Amino acid sequence: MNNKRFGSFAAIAVAGAVVLSSSVMIQTATAAPISSAKLTASLSGTLNGVGSSAQAVAETTWAAGFQTKNSNVTVNYNPLGSGAGLTSFESGAAEFGGSDAYLADSDLQTGKFANCAAGTTAIDIPVYISPIALAYNVAGVKNLTLDAKTIAGIFKGSITKWNAPAIKKLNKKVKLPSAAITVVHRSDNSGTTYNFTQYLASQASTVWTAAASQTFPYSVGDAAKGTSGVQSAVQNATNSIAYIDESGAGALPIAKLIVGGKSTKISAKGAEAVVAKSPFVAGRSANDLAVGIDRTAAAKGDWPITLVSYLLVCQQYKTASVGTLVKAYATYAASPAGQKAAAAQAGSAPFSKSLSAKVAKAIKTIK
Amino acid sequence: MSIAIRPRTATGANTLTAGKLPRGTAWWLLVVSWVIFTVIFLLLKASGATANFNIVGALFFGTVLFDVLIVVISRIVEGGRKAKDRLITSLVTTAFIVTLLPLVSLIYTVISRGVARFDPMYFGDSMRNVISVGGGAFHAIIGTLEITAAASIISIPIGLLTSVYLVEYGRGHLANGIRFFVDVMTGIPSIVAGLFAYSLFTIIFGPAFQAGIVGAVALSVLMIPVIVRSSEEILKIVPNELREASYALGVPKWLTIMKIILPTSIAGLTTGVMLAISRVIGETAPLLLTTGFTTSTNFNLFSDKMMTLPVFVYTQYSTQGPIPAPYVDRSWTGALVLILIVMLLNLVARLVGRAFAPKFKR
Amino acid sequence: MTATAERPKGIVRPKAKVRLGDRVFSLTTVLSGALILLVLVLVALFLVVQSIPAFSAKPNALPGLTGSFWAYVGPLVFGTVWAGILALIMATPFSLGIALFISHYAPRRIAAVLGYVIDLLAAVPSVVFGLWGVLVLAPFIQPFYSTLVNTVGWFPLFAGPVSGTGKTILTAAIVLAVMVIPIMTAIMREIFLQAPVLHEEAALALGATRWEMIRMAVLPFARSGIISAIMLGLGRALGETLAIAIVLSPATVINVFLLTSQNPNTIAANIALQFNEAQGAGVNVLIASGLVLFVITLLVNMAARFVVNRRKAFSGAN
Repeated sequence: MNNKRFGSFAAIAVAGAVVLSSSVMIQTATAAPISSAKLTASLSGTLNGVGSSAQAVAETTWAAGFQTKNSNVTVNYNPLGSGAGLTSFESGAAEFGGSDAYLADSDLQTGKFANCAAGTTAIDIPVYISPIALAYNVAGVKNLTLDAKTIAGIFKGSITKWNAPAIKKLNKKVKLPSAAITVVHRSDNSGTTYNFTQYLASQASTVWTAAASQTFPYSVGDAAKGTSGVQSAVQNATNSIAYIDESGAGALPIAKLIVGGKSTKISAKGAEAVVAKSPFVAGRSANDLAVGIDRTAAAKGDWPITLVSYLLVCQQYKTASVGTLVKAYATYAASPAGQKAAAAQAGSAPFSKSLSAKVAKAIKTIK
Repeated sequence: MSIAIRPRTATGANTLTAGKLPRGTAWWLLVVSWVIFTVIFLLLKASGATANFNIVGALFFGTVLFDVLIVVISRIVEGGRKAKDRLITSLVTTAFIVTLLPLVSLIYTVISRGVARFDPMYFGDSMRNVISVGGGAFHAIIGTLEITAAASIISIPIGLLTSVYLVEYGRGHLANGIRFFVDVMTGIPSIVAGLFAYSLFTIIFGPAFQAGIVGAVALSVLMIPVIVRSSEEILKIVPNELREASYALGVPKWLTIMKIILPTSIAGLTTGVMLAISRVIGETAPLLLTTGFTTSTNFNLFSDKMMTLPVFVYTQYSTQGPIPAPYVDRSWTGALVLILIVMLLNLVARLVGRAFAPKFKR
Repeated sequence: MTATAERPKGIVRPKAKVRLGDRVFSLTTVLSGALILLVLVLVALFLVVQSIPAFSAKPNALPGLTGSFWAYVGPLVFGTVWAGILALIMATPFSLGIALFISHYAPRRIAAVLGYVIDLLAAVPSVVFGLWGVLVLAPFIQPFYSTLVNTVGWFPLFAGPVSGTGKTILTAAIVLAVMVIPIMTAIMREIFLQAPVLHEEAALALGATRWEMIRMAVLPFARSGIISAIMLGLGRALGETLAIAIVLSPATVINVFLLTSQNPNTIAANIALQFNEAQGAGVNVLIASGLVLFVITLLVNMAARFVVNRRKAFSGAN
């Protein structure tokens, strides 16, 4: 009888049991079914969202605010891109999605979304309006102005040098180097790309012949992943230019745009003005607030390279508790307090009163 | 009476040093070459041909000049064989120094940029409710430790027992088959292991199940072949005489393995296990797919997403917030912490090995 | 002793006592081995089953998927192999050099420290290499690329237009090489240290220079170890995901230009970048590309095994 032999086994077994049981005992709060009459302070559970990286900063802000108010809730938002947002929301990996492109008609069939109750479908709730910036990093240039045709030429690859005549014409007072232009675009499926290419296809259709798409259509320049990847690439490369959501532009200089013949600076107000003029997409349910952005807007101060980013949510969730959580979160994100916080951190445009009211009404219908 | 000690040839030359370059020739020739090219590059800078003095260029070309000079001079004085020897020596040393450059640059970058956030807040706080500044990697460190521990608990017994089977018991087709398939398994790309674990749990637990345990399974798919392979090599080296002596004394086979063979090779086994752990502790791709992304701390391996340190480093870099600098700082500090953990594991492995190894001369 | 004599009747040959411990233990080891086989079968099965729909995937299920599956995977396979070969070409001579330096040229104390440092560097995670590659190496090396394109741009490998960010396949290959060198060096160093000391001393005693001693006593002994180290390095380079995903600027092309921003992507990096956005047939296409990668690494490993087995390694359990 060798006690030492059994004793060492026993010691290891006891240690392992202690480690395992302690890790099982400490758990995060588990979701408990709540009736809708309870106060928000007693909400608990985990919400997973995946989607647009343009919304990343805003979502971080909203998650922080929401979690501070409801300390038993955990909101995880993974900014993998608008394309990933849609697929994760469809497969049920995420309870809500974030997308810069509204759901296509083909996506709106019932039964396509794993988390939605049978017979219901998903709706788009706009939560984030932001201008898309043309950020650049050119030696010695601080004041660049471009128009739609020139931008199309640069990003298509037909304009290759900074001192090309087309750019020189718009920047008479600026000393442009004779260096090659390094274009940076998104490598992943991106709603930002969709909005940008939609603008170019609409305003520079002679040059930009490709249709609007989430994938950048031409083989030009460097491809970077996510809003941060693009910012990083532009910062580290000389003589580069990229389209990027303004929240991600950081300290990079942003080009002015010729809108309606006048040189316009980027502004959240300009983005909001364009969205206010744009109609909602026709043929959808009353709670689906997809915006068909009017790219031809040319009033003073308008910034037509704008994106509206949506929360993709179910009209009715399979699990009531999930619906309550999503509704509470969306309410916070669209509320004036949430919009103000996002504007402070991400430079987005807070909703106008009418849009705010419409959005709040739609969110109330989420079950 | 003084005896002439130094042997003399007919010509009076000292045969011990005849036909050899003086000692230290290589060193001062190297210094001279460096000086020559430093002067050349300084002249280039003075004449305006280059923007600033490129010390790396000077050293590099100086080394090339040294290689050429030493071979030529050695060929003349010492003959072909010695010249070749000096050439190889200088090539080997150059290879060593050149390779050190990026590695030193890497370590220097990680340390210099990682120190910025190496503070108690980093180790005590998670990223919950953090928008830009502040926050820490507590949730990521806990996640990494738990997932790696779980993966080790799964893989070490299986790996060790399999290698014991291969060395001690296996004689036929099963052993050859296992050996072949373990080789195959070492070639599984880490992301494929992640895909496999993800779908396995999705089939069992429902759509898009992401939790710590899924990551642990993916990591163990990567760890097991490494452990089996390295343990097999170590166990093979144990001399047969030990086994035979043990059997001759009437010790049953399983006790021989447990009490004699494994303790003899414990140093090598621990090293192999620690190398396997260090390999998987930095795996990002499978964990990106399987454990998800969260900003809060989660102690539960079996439900809800868990953040791990390599995924934290990657996501802090790839999705920066409104102000990039705090995110990049956290990312570098995470990299530094990862390297420190790996260093600690290696150190522990060596100490354990040295403590447990039976004392015989190498 | 007549071995063929009949055993006298009445004496029963004693059976060997099979102890319970032995039976349990050997069963456990067999089960572990069988479990590994099972896991591998599951992985293979899952890969194959999930890959079958990929061959009939419609265009545009994934960005870049325009025609058949093979048209999509072709550039990826090329990129993977090309990056791996570039990395190996750069890494092998340096690994050999360092391993030789540590085992035969450096003073004992330094050699021990260096051995430890190399082991440590072999364990640095790939994401750290990726960060270093994109934030330190790419900006540093981009001016060299410009100079190369301007001076020897006529040579196909160095044709322009040069990438402005430095995120090219050459940079990725350098990062891969830096990642792979510590691993290869660690293995080669172990092998070199195990070379028979008697042979080495005999060579030196007969007047061989250090290099001749190495060439005669160490390298022939270590040949299979060197090859297996190279193959291990290649396998690691082929499967590397994050470092390439972070460092490379990808495009769907097949070219050998080292310095431009249109670089073929590798299979593993492509899966990492696309998986979360893919849906339906797109996921199957990605998994099928993973299967292709798996087959490539399998072929590399089998080739290595074949070469190694032709010269059996020294083993104590004879």
